[in-house]
Amino acid sequence: MSDTFQLDGAAVPFEPGQTVMQAALAAGHYIPHLCYHPEFKPHGSCKLCTVKVNGRTTASCTMPAEANLNVESNIEELNALRRTLVQMLFAEGNHFCPSCEKSGNCMLQALGYDLEVHATGFRHLYPDRPLDASHPDVLLDFNRCILCELCVRASSEVDGKNVFALSGRGITKHLIVNAESGKLSDTDFALYDKAMQVCPVGVILPKRVGFSQPIGERRYDKRPISAQALDDAPRQVDTSGNCEACEDPT
Amino acid sequence: MLPDNDTRFDASGQAWLNQLASRHHNDASLLLQMLREMQERFGHIPQEAVSRLAGKLAIPRARIESVASFYSFLHLKPQGEYRILFSDNITDRMLGNQALLEQMCQLLWLQPGKVSEDGLVSIGTTSCTGMCDQGPALLVNGRAITRLTHQRVQEIAQLVRNRTPMADWPADFFHVDDNIRRRGLLLDNKLAPGDVLRAALALGSDAIIEEIKTSGLRGRGGAGFPTGQKWEGCRKAPGNERYVVCNADEGEPGTFKDRVLLAQQADLVFEGMTLCALSVGARKGFLYLRGEYRYLLEPLQAVLQRRQDSKLLGTDILGHKGFDFNIDIHLGAGAYICGEESALIESLEGKRGVPRNRPPFPVTHGYLQQPTAVDNVETFCQAALALHMGADKYRTIGTERSSGSKLISVSGDCAYPGIYEYPFGVPIREILQDCGAVNTRAVQVSGPSGVCVPESEFGRKLGFEDLPTAGAFMVFDDSRDLFEVARNFVHFFAHESCGFCTPCRVGTSMLKQTMDKIADGHGTQYDLNEIENLDRVLQTSSHCGLGRTACNPVLHTLKHFRPAYENKLKSLMFSPAFDLDGSLARARQMTGRDDAGAHLKEDV
Ligand SMILES: Cc1cc2nc3c(=O)[nH]c(=O)nc-3n(C[C@H](O)[C@H](O)[C@H](O)COP(=O)(O)O)c2cc1C
Ligand code: SF4
Ligand code: SF4
Ligand code: FES
Repeated sequence: MSDTFQLDGAAVPFEPGQTVMQAALAAGHYIPHLCYHPEFKPHGSCKLCTVKVNGRTTASCTMPAEANLNVESNIEELNALRRTLVQMLFAEGNHFCPSCEKSGNCMLQALGYDLEVHATGFRHLYPDRPLDASHPDVLLDFNRCILCELCVRASSEVDGKNVFALSGRGITKHLIVNAESGKLSDTDFALYDKAMQVCPVGVILPKRVGFSQPIGERRYDKRPISAQALDDAPRQVDTSGNCEACEDPT
Repeated sequence: MLPDNDTRFDASGQAWLNQLASRHHNDASLLLQMLREMQERFGHIPQEAVSRLAGKLAIPRARIESVASFYSFLHLKPQGEYRILFSDNITDRMLGNQALLEQMCQLLWLQPGKVSEDGLVSIGTTSCTGMCDQGPALLVNGRAITRLTHQRVQEIAQLVRNRTPMADWPADFFHVDDNIRRRGLLLDNKLAPGDVLRAALALGSDAIIEEIKTSGLRGRGGAGFPTGQKWEGCRKAPGNERYVVCNADEGEPGTFKDRVLLAQQADLVFEGMTLCALSVGARKGFLYLRGEYRYLLEPLQAVLQRRQDSKLLGTDILGHKGFDFNIDIHLGAGAYICGEESALIESLEGKRGVPRNRPPFPVTHGYLQQPTAVDNVETFCQAALALHMGADKYRTIGTERSSGSKLISVSGDCAYPGIYEYPFGVPIREILQDCGAVNTRAVQVSGPSGVCVPESEFGRKLGFEDLPTAGAFMVFDDSRDLFEVARNFVHFFAHESCGFCTPCRVGTSMLKQTMDKIADGHGTQYDLNEIENLDRVLQTSSHCGLGRTACNPVLHTLKHFRPAYENKLKSLMFSPAFDLDGSLARARQMTGRDDAGAHLKEDV
């Protein structure tokens, strides 16, 4: 019998080496998350997954599971924290959901609905982040970047291309492209790259397919993210490199 | 902004770059050290040089940009030939740095944060440069100039206008005083180089660790972790190599005691590091020196060389077979977060200084994922002293749970700013008396991330029982507005947030905006509530100590000096931060108008 820890009163089994998040999702318990992706090493930056472990707050995606931990997640104090973090992410970038191609497929938006974020909360920072439309097949709209580094990780770890990196520090931190010109067209980025599939928000977009799937029939239009995320949980990649849960970019 | 025409990167620049890369064995873990040298050589890091270096090191060029852009002393765009940065700690402000900055800008015809049109000079501000006892201070091309006056600013402007090479500037400008005001067991020690190591070799590794544990020594970098326990953990952790790292990042505003130790007691620092190496079984050590202390690099390297020559470093130290240890000095480049131990290690590995996920901790997975003991400069000195004088004797100094002495960096409103060494347990009031402070309203203990102590609590004592401290002690008299103190600290945190985690990256900026809004007279009760909300988020969900403590200055001053906030508030529940009249400032500047008709009234 494997060891267990307590999550909101339920016993959750885990394998050695799993984090609290990994064990929870595998056992069918949802903990909100944004920068965590089942196929990548946990990053621990968005802090949406913050839980209380034996009374102390910590990110559950990076917290190693241990026997008999007492983990609290779905409590008002933490959901209030998560609402504020979502508000912060909205205020930091330029998000105009009604006109965004990603609307309905966006994790940030879906989390906003699921956590019942009803107000903007903060003054928006309105950063100046020009688009990059140089690539024939892909548009980069940096306005929506939440700096989760999933594309950075996918491009380097899976695609072996290192197309993306982060630049700057603090609130000036932003995504850059690996080219002296700074343009995506001067890289070997391609539509079938893993980095094309992982962006939780609407930054890395395939061109010319924007609204081919109508709003209202999209991923999180059908099911709230808390249910959807569990189906995706230990996401399996098939032999052709396709991930069932990731959206098909074409 | 100038176009990046890279005129400074010609054929000789390329040859120099090739040499730089081979001198560093094309080793990407030395990237930051190479970038720092490029910055010194070219005044910025030219685009073309980035591409070439990427080729040499076989890494993506975006990674080089990513690293360079993290550190405030590295520039990817051309800056002035003379890059002037005014230290902007609250103590510099109290000594009038803003008027001096304005004067300098006027004399050189430019605006802060801009490069002059002829590319001659750029002027800006930077976080505390560790010269609070002799401020206001600034850095010119990385070199510290202290004790600024209007006279000195004029002289500097003249030298810049004449393009006088910095080597020909008056030496007196660069003089840094040690200002030692009170000595104790550390600053009074009569040890000769090698004394401690000889005693240690006679004991052996296990006994050294036992002795350090028994001495009760706790880290002097702020957190106060028991040093013996850390060394034991490092020694026992599985690994192929072990490393010793001396944290000389000293970025906490108001702290400058490590600067003085490195200037006065370098042998003792290195002796402590070598002692640690002997006890944990390390063969390689690093001293991570903050970029602001660049001027200490050559003197420290000379001490290392002397110690090599006298068999106190290198192979078979003191003739002891197999006792090998070497120390490299790495320079930082303007990032407070690199004082956090795991961020420091990332920086040592040539990366962005982003704190790691912990566990695992550096004692088991540190530099290159190997067991690593990271300690503060002063901790290494104290360890050497404790071992030499004997744990039992050492324990008698200080208090029950805080043994030994502590160096305090005193600055602000007092007659004698400088370094004071006291046994732990000294009351604040005693320090205030010794440094000649009068009419004191508050003391900021341990810097912005520490505690603001009001007059009613001056009986409190420094030590891990009550007021732990990394050493900063900033004094504010009754002429000071504690709101402005807190606002300065909030700006500091927003500037220094590494940007990794959401709560700190966004939260510190929001906090800064809110404090500025209150300062501008637009604040309401609503904003005080927002501060409380931000504090909760920062404290509970930040990734590291920076975010977790970023609200402290506001919370503490709100608690003790609430009127300083309230008398700036409007009575309304909410007032928009959007300033109609302010938004016309640009138009006024463009049209050259500033008459009444070019302004909007508040109550429209
Ligand atoms: C934001 C931040 C900045 C820090 N800066 C420093 C520093 O400049 N110098 C230092 O010695 N420790 C600093 N620390 C503490 C280090 O992480 C670490 O605890 C210390 O170097 C351990 O050494 P010690 O045990 O000798 O105190 C900082 C911690 C944080 C969270
Ligand atoms: S582009 Fe998307 S995947 Fe990449 S860092 Fe930004 S939000 Fe994350
Ligand atoms: S708390 Fe601030 S400094 Fe620390 S990791 Fe998060 S963003 Fe970086
Ligand atoms: S999901 Fe854990 S920090 Fe982002």
